Amino acid sequence: MKRLYSVLVENRSGVLMKVAGLFSRRMFNIDSLAVGETDDPDVSCITIVSSGEKGTLEQIEKQLNKKIDVIKIKTFSEEESVSRELMLVKVKYNKSTRKEIMEICEILNASIVDMSKNLLTIQLCDTPERTNLLINMLASISIVEVARTGTLALQKCNLSD
Amino acid sequence: MLGADAMAKCLLEEQVKVVFGYPGVAICPFFNSMLSVDINRVLVRTEQNAAHMANGYARISGKVGVCVATSGPGATNLITGIATAYADSIPLVCITGQVDSGQLGSDVFQEADITGAVESFVKYSYLVKNVEDIPRIFKEAFHIASTGRKGPVLIDVPIDIQNAAISKFSYPAEVNLRTYKPTVSGHVVQIKKVIKAIGRAQRPIICVGGGVLLSEASENVRDFAHKYGIPVVSTLMGIGVMPTKDPLYFGMVGNNGKPYANRAMNESDLIIMIGARVADRAISQPDLIMDNTVLVHIDVDPAEIGKNVGPHIPLVGDINTIFEQIKKYEAECNCNEWVETLNGYKADAPVRKKPRSEYVDPAEFIRMLSEKLDDDAIYVADVGQNQMWSCGYHIVKAGRFLTSGGMGTMGYSIPAAIGARAAAPGRQIVAVCGDGSFQMSMMELATMQQHKLPIKTIIFHNGYLGLVREYQYNTYKGNYSVVDLSGSPDFGKLSSAYDVPFMKLENMDGADKLIDDFLGTDGPALMEVMIDPLDVVK
Repeated sequence: MKRLYSVLVENRSGVLMKVAGLFSRRMFNIDSLAVGETDDPDVSCITIVSSGEKGTLEQIEKQLNKKIDVIKIKTFSEEESVSRELMLVKVKYNKSTRKEIMEICEILNASIVDMSKNLLTIQLCDTPERTNLLINMLASISIVEVARTGTLALQKCNLSD
Repeated sequence: MLGADAMAKCLLEEQVKVVFGYPGVAICPFFNSMLSVDINRVLVRTEQNAAHMANGYARISGKVGVCVATSGPGATNLITGIATAYADSIPLVCITGQVDSGQLGSDVFQEADITGAVESFVKYSYLVKNVEDIPRIFKEAFHIASTGRKGPVLIDVPIDIQNAAISKFSYPAEVNLRTYKPTVSGHVVQIKKVIKAIGRAQRPIICVGGGVLLSEASENVRDFAHKYGIPVVSTLMGIGVMPTKDPLYFGMVGNNGKPYANRAMNESDLIIMIGARVADRAISQPDLIMDNTVLVHIDVDPAEIGKNVGPHIPLVGDINTIFEQIKKYEAECNCNEWVETLNGYKADAPVRKKPRSEYVDPAEFIRMLSEKLDDDAIYVADVGQNQMWSCGYHIVKAGRFLTSGGMGTMGYSIPAAIGARAAAPGRQIVAVCGDGSFQMSMMELATMQQHKLPIKTIIFHNGYLGLVREYQYNTYKGNYSVVDLSGSPDFGKLSSAYDVPFMKLENMDGADKLIDDFLGTDGPALMEVMIDPLDVVK
């Protein structure tokens, strides 16, 4: 079972280490982790995607709550969240593959943000499934390198909100 | 005023009476400032014991224990002591000196990333970067250590911060931590559920853990047990909540506990766990219990609830506060028949096999010793066979039983006894250790002698690391590996080297009188008790 944790923490040095250390010490999985400042410069948001059994996923929340630098935790399932990931993929191209790459980008709404004679950098901001799909589609062509932010997520807006 | 003066003043503000420590250059400004405040300073002989002394002090005084070490090796030597306190939720503030903040990260002499190193053993840690933060940080540290689930907090102070001038010292009256608000009162709905469950139960049992002592709730929990006539068992850390001879008390649970205590847990239809972690040594198969038993779990730490076993009725809050609340409710509970059944189990319990008569029987010895101790005596057990015999046979009257339960740190008893002495100078204190654990902290005989502390230390001498030997006997068919303690000093000579009175008990003949003489000695004393090398716990 996958679960997303949106963890608001004090923006202090060492906090990421404390949160990440908790996961390693207690054998919790980290599928992805992304950190950034929020609108309040004193507060950072760590978005963690984890997977495990129900009891483990509960423990993650409880143990995170014990950390004094943790201000607030929101946790939700994949279905309850809007999640996005930013990915940059550098691929090698030649005359015969250029067209195909451009078609894939068009279909998946990815854009080409940099290029040279032999290399293209593609940008995609989408759900983790679709970023994976782009990788799969490009894999047969020749990927040089990939950089991904990890999943960022917020709880879906409720119609009554 | 310098940062170091401010640190000393913070300790005064927190009404700290004693600090246990070991100086080095990086913490010298602080120790210099300590000369001008009225707080006792105890020089330990190795830093780990400073943390154990603070631990013993905290457990007896109910206040935060303070230990101090220098940067680098001083700080890293503290770690085992900090981890010991963390495992048993003992409130400590550990102060370490650090190299000049401008040199942090450059691996200069005696630099260690102590806040990083202790991360998984502390409740919180601080690296002070600005001298003006000292009052706030100390206030927060003492607050965090002593509230909610208690535990150690570390403050690392670079030497230039200790030497920097602080513009204005004002000790905050309150802490303002937006992220830290431990639950104190129990949820009324949950309390009502507990009362209802008691009304329905035929065979209820209370299992008390160290949390009861930490919350100073022993009296309320005892009253609760007596009000409803519910039998009580305890974990290793919960020993002392109930007097051993209380008719409702059925001993310690766990793989080294009393068989009738474990049977009581297994046959009960309502287990009320109070301030206990449901840890592996206490309850080896949590799943077994759950089948047809209602489990109530009362703990201050919500993360403990459901960690090892999913309770039917969780109740989070400070235990003493919760039992103050529970007092106001009434339920019908008649478990006389159940108590009778348990008494039957107790009467049928197998008797421990006596060791060879040329040696001292540790069970008999401990029983005899504890009968002779003052009612409010403090008994500190080390780790190993001595500890298991102690928790099996020591009779708590109205005193305390201290040991390192969660971490099982050898060498704990002597420094913890010294710390306990600082907290309760009027009380009788006995430290019981094996010949292995004694040698892990025997250097503190010097500390004991330096301050003329009338602590009575007992060494169970069997020439082996007994509990490991027993394990190797059972698991590896007696193929002993690295458990032979040959080469140990002559404890009598060692004792006279420290100028500590010494007695030796070879067998049970004359034990009675020798124990009387030993307990009657002024100042520190050491007794060597010869144990059958092949004796086992049960």
